[in-house]
Amino acid sequence: MKQLRPNDMMLQVSMRLITLIIFAFSFYLFLAGHNNPGGGFIGGLMTASAILVLYLAFDMKTITKAIPFNFTTMIGVGLLFAVFTGIASMLYGFPFLTQFFDYFQFPVFGEVELTTALPFDLGVYLVVVGAALTIILAIAEDDK
Amino acid sequence: MFQIILYFSLLVLAISLVLFLIRIIKGPSTQDRILGLDCIGVTLVGFIGIIMILQETIAYSDIILVLSILAFVGTVAMSKFMERGAVFDRD
Repeated sequence: MKQLRPNDMMLQVSMRLITLIIFAFSFYLFLAGHNNPGGGFIGGLMTASAILVLYLAFDMKTITKAIPFNFTTMIGVGLLFAVFTGIASMLYGFPFLTQFFDYFQFPVFGEVELTTALPFDLGVYLVVVGAALTIILAIAEDDK
Repeated sequence: MFQIILYFSLLVLAISLVLFLIRIIKGPSTQDRILGLDCIGVTLVGFIGIIMILQETIAYSDIILVLSILAFVGTVAMSKFMERGAVFDRD
C-alpha cells in the first residue's frame, strides 16, 4: 500500500548536513584552482549538485523560496564578470584580458597572492551554476 | 613487496567490479541495479586511492570526493525516482 505523503525525515536531516559539506568543498575547489586541481568549472558543478541535493530532499516550492535566485540571470552576471575583468585591463592600456597579480598582507591570512584571474573564474563559476540548474529545473518543470 | 600488495589489491577490486557488473546486468529488480551502481562508485573510490599511493601523488584526492558526492547524489535521485515516480516534488 502506497502512502500518500511518505515521511522522509532521515533524508531531509542528513541532506541538511551533507549540503553544507558539499558547499564547503565546492568553495575549496573554486579557490584551489590556481595552484591545484580545481577551478571555476568543477566548483560550479559541485555547487549545482549541492543545490540539486536540496531540491531532491525538499519540495520545489520550499527551495525556490529559500534560494530566491533566478538562475538564468546568474548566467548573465557571470558573463559580465568575465567580460569586465577583460575590459578593466584595457582601461590601463594593456591588451584585452591581461592578468595581473600582486602579494598583499592580510591580518589573519598573512601574505596572500591576489590575481585578476579570480574574478574571471568567478564568472565561469556563476555561468556553470546557472546553466546546470537552469537545465535541470527546466526539465523538472516540464510536465505542468 | 609493497608494490605487489598494491597491485594485488587492485586486482581484487577489479574482480569485485566485474561481480558488481554481473549483478547490474542480471539483477532481477531495478533496486539491485541501483545498489550495484552505488557499489561500483564506492569501489572506484578505493581504486583511485590505491592508484594514488602507487603513483605517489595527492593530485587525485579531489577526484575521490567528487566521485563519492556524484555517486551519492545519483543514488539518491534514482531511489527517489523508484519510490515516488518523480525526482522533484512539486509541493
